[in-house]
Amino acid sequence: MSKVLVIAEHDGTTLNGSTARAVSCAKELGLDAIDIAVLASDGCSVSEQAAAISGVNTVILVENPANEHAVSALLAPQIEALSDGYSHLLAPSTTFGKDLLPRIAAHLGAPQISDIMRVESARVFDRPVYAGNAIITVEAPEGIVIGTVRTASYPVAENGGSATIEKRELSVELPSHTQFVELSSGGGEGRPDLQAAATVVSGGRGVGSEENFSVIYGLADKIGAAVGASRAAVDAGFIPNDHQVGQTGKIIAPDLYMAFGISGAIQHLAGIKDAGTIVAVNKDADAPIFEVADFGLVGDLFQVIEELEAALG
Amino acid sequence: MKILVGVKRVVDYNVRIQVKPDGSGIATNGVKMSMNPFDEIAIEEALRIKEAGHAAEVIAVTMGPKVAQEQLRTALAMGADRAIHVETDDDIQPLTAARIFKALCDKESPKIVLLGKQAIDDDNSQTAQMLAAISHWPQATFASSITLDGDKATVIREVDAGLETLSVDLPAIISADLRLNEPRYVKLPDIMKAKRKTIDTFTLDELAVEPAPAIKILKTSPPAKRQAGIKVESVDELVAALKEKGLVK
Ligand SMILES: Cc1cc2nc3c(=O)[nH]c(=O)nc-3n(C[C@H](O)[C@H](O)[C@H](O)COP(=O)(O)OP(=O)(O)OC[C@H]3O[C@@H](n4cnc5c(N)ncnc54)[C@H](O)[C@@H]3O)c2cc1C
Ligand SMILES: Nc1ncnc2c1ncn2[C@@H]1O[C@H](COP(=O)(O)O)[C@@H](O)[C@H]1O
Repeated sequence: MSKVLVIAEHDGTTLNGSTARAVSCAKELGLDAIDIAVLASDGCSVSEQAAAISGVNTVILVENPANEHAVSALLAPQIEALSDGYSHLLAPSTTFGKDLLPRIAAHLGAPQISDIMRVESARVFDRPVYAGNAIITVEAPEGIVIGTVRTASYPVAENGGSATIEKRELSVELPSHTQFVELSSGGGEGRPDLQAAATVVSGGRGVGSEENFSVIYGLADKIGAAVGASRAAVDAGFIPNDHQVGQTGKIIAPDLYMAFGISGAIQHLAGIKDAGTIVAVNKDADAPIFEVADFGLVGDLFQVIEELEAALG
Repeated sequence: MKILVGVKRVVDYNVRIQVKPDGSGIATNGVKMSMNPFDEIAIEEALRIKEAGHAAEVIAVTMGPKVAQEQLRTALAMGADRAIHVETDDDIQPLTAARIFKALCDKESPKIVLLGKQAIDDDNSQTAQMLAAISHWPQATFASSITLDGDKATVIREVDAGLETLSVDLPAIISADLRLNEPRYVKLPDIMKAKRKTIDTFTLDELAVEPAPAIKILKTSPPAKRQAGIKVESVDELVAALKEKGLVK
């Protein structure tokens, strides 16, 4: 019997949507069972959300006060203990999964396949390299298959399941060398989540300043969009880091992506390759972003946004 | 204390890479090669830690073919004290890279190993975490700030939800994100001085490193191309197009 264990990402109360995307990838493996591991300090509500994802057989819940914050050095030994008997281990390719999964893989002596974007067979996968400018088809060696799932490549698996929730006690020793201190979120509360939003309005260096970014927020709020940014905008302090889109930021796949004052460097484009429709507004008609935009408009972003706000009533 | 820093030779980030028509990889003939940008940031951070009086020696490490010494020379010109070249013509995947770093840690006993958050060729983002795992050391990945205090480091990490702060005991593995610092430019006299600095060379055998099970690359393909779009002349035209697709109300 071959089965896959998907590691749940959550914040203590809510299951992150990236988990259900990883489940969509897990379904394509065609194995006998899909289980989800929830490690939490109090995991009742998260494990219920995980159990509701269709196609999931068992949710394994490990409760431990040490799991209040997702610290990889503490989570890794617990998941290693759970991994026995699984042929596959998956986690979303978010900063959570990227930090955690290699730590587990190395202990298990297995290589990791990062950013799975397509399942060819249970051991053969496609993944992007060079900021998505090439795709490699790779085969995992014998033994457990370990991979992170490129969330922009998979839809959120639907609800409607009713998996069994199984509580597990583990007797593994946890290290004391790593202490969580704090998490400060970049703000943006109340706005849609960048990685889940259907529409994203993004600003680049062309926006010019932190104050000017209010026009980006204004348009986003008007149309119910999440707010993104280029690295240059984040580096310049216009907007916090968790808004960065691209090779080293977030990889997203909204239905509509609107880029204002972004030139379109390959590292930025790596983050929006799967967007449904790309709109670019830039005053430079030769900006590379126009090579990928479905609708390009040459002009001053401030004027365009003013007109857009008027036109969208 | 010593700081060990990873320096990987990769295709320069400005190059638009081409996939070879036979699917055997990407074209690298005559292509500009550079130090992985995240490693440049890692070197810079190590140098700043040393300049602040917290470290005695910065050691740059690369694994790869003979020519990878070019990138070690750059690291030495930036200010690294010496360098280690683990010479191999094989493709070094992260788990094997981690095992090599582990062997060097056993030799050098650094307090901090600073690697890049990811190598921009394979985009794996694994080596630091794997090294931390097999060393049983703490890891602080995607660092945008490092503060040292005795036997501990406080690291601010760039995570999806914002900024996370961890406190880790040393020795620790830290991986550098883009906003950790801005690397210095190398000046000509430094390049001259770097020529006199030592590069020690080892093979995997000499370090008694067993290569890890590897992922096999079956083929390399170009990505799906987006359909070329159109330029619209006005906001009205744009809004009409978006309304027709049902993307705005
Ligand atoms: C290793 C590495 C990783 C990277 N990762 C990322 C990443 O994840 N994400 C990312 O975004 N970048 C990333 N970058 C940086 C990337 O290479 C570019 O530097 C960056 O994307 C540029 O941001 P920008 O387009 O906002 O700025 P610029 O390139 O400076 O472009 C600004 C644009 O605004 C336009 N403009 C100015 N004023 C106006 C106006 N009033 N109205 C309309 N248009 C205007 C200009 O014509 C110009 O095209 C990375 C770089 C490296 C080396
Ligand atoms: N061949 C190598 N030589 C030196 N450092 C490496 C090598 N491979 C990986 N590294 C280090 O590990 C980091 C992350 O690489 P990766 O896990 O491949 O994305 C790089 O930024 C380097 O610091």
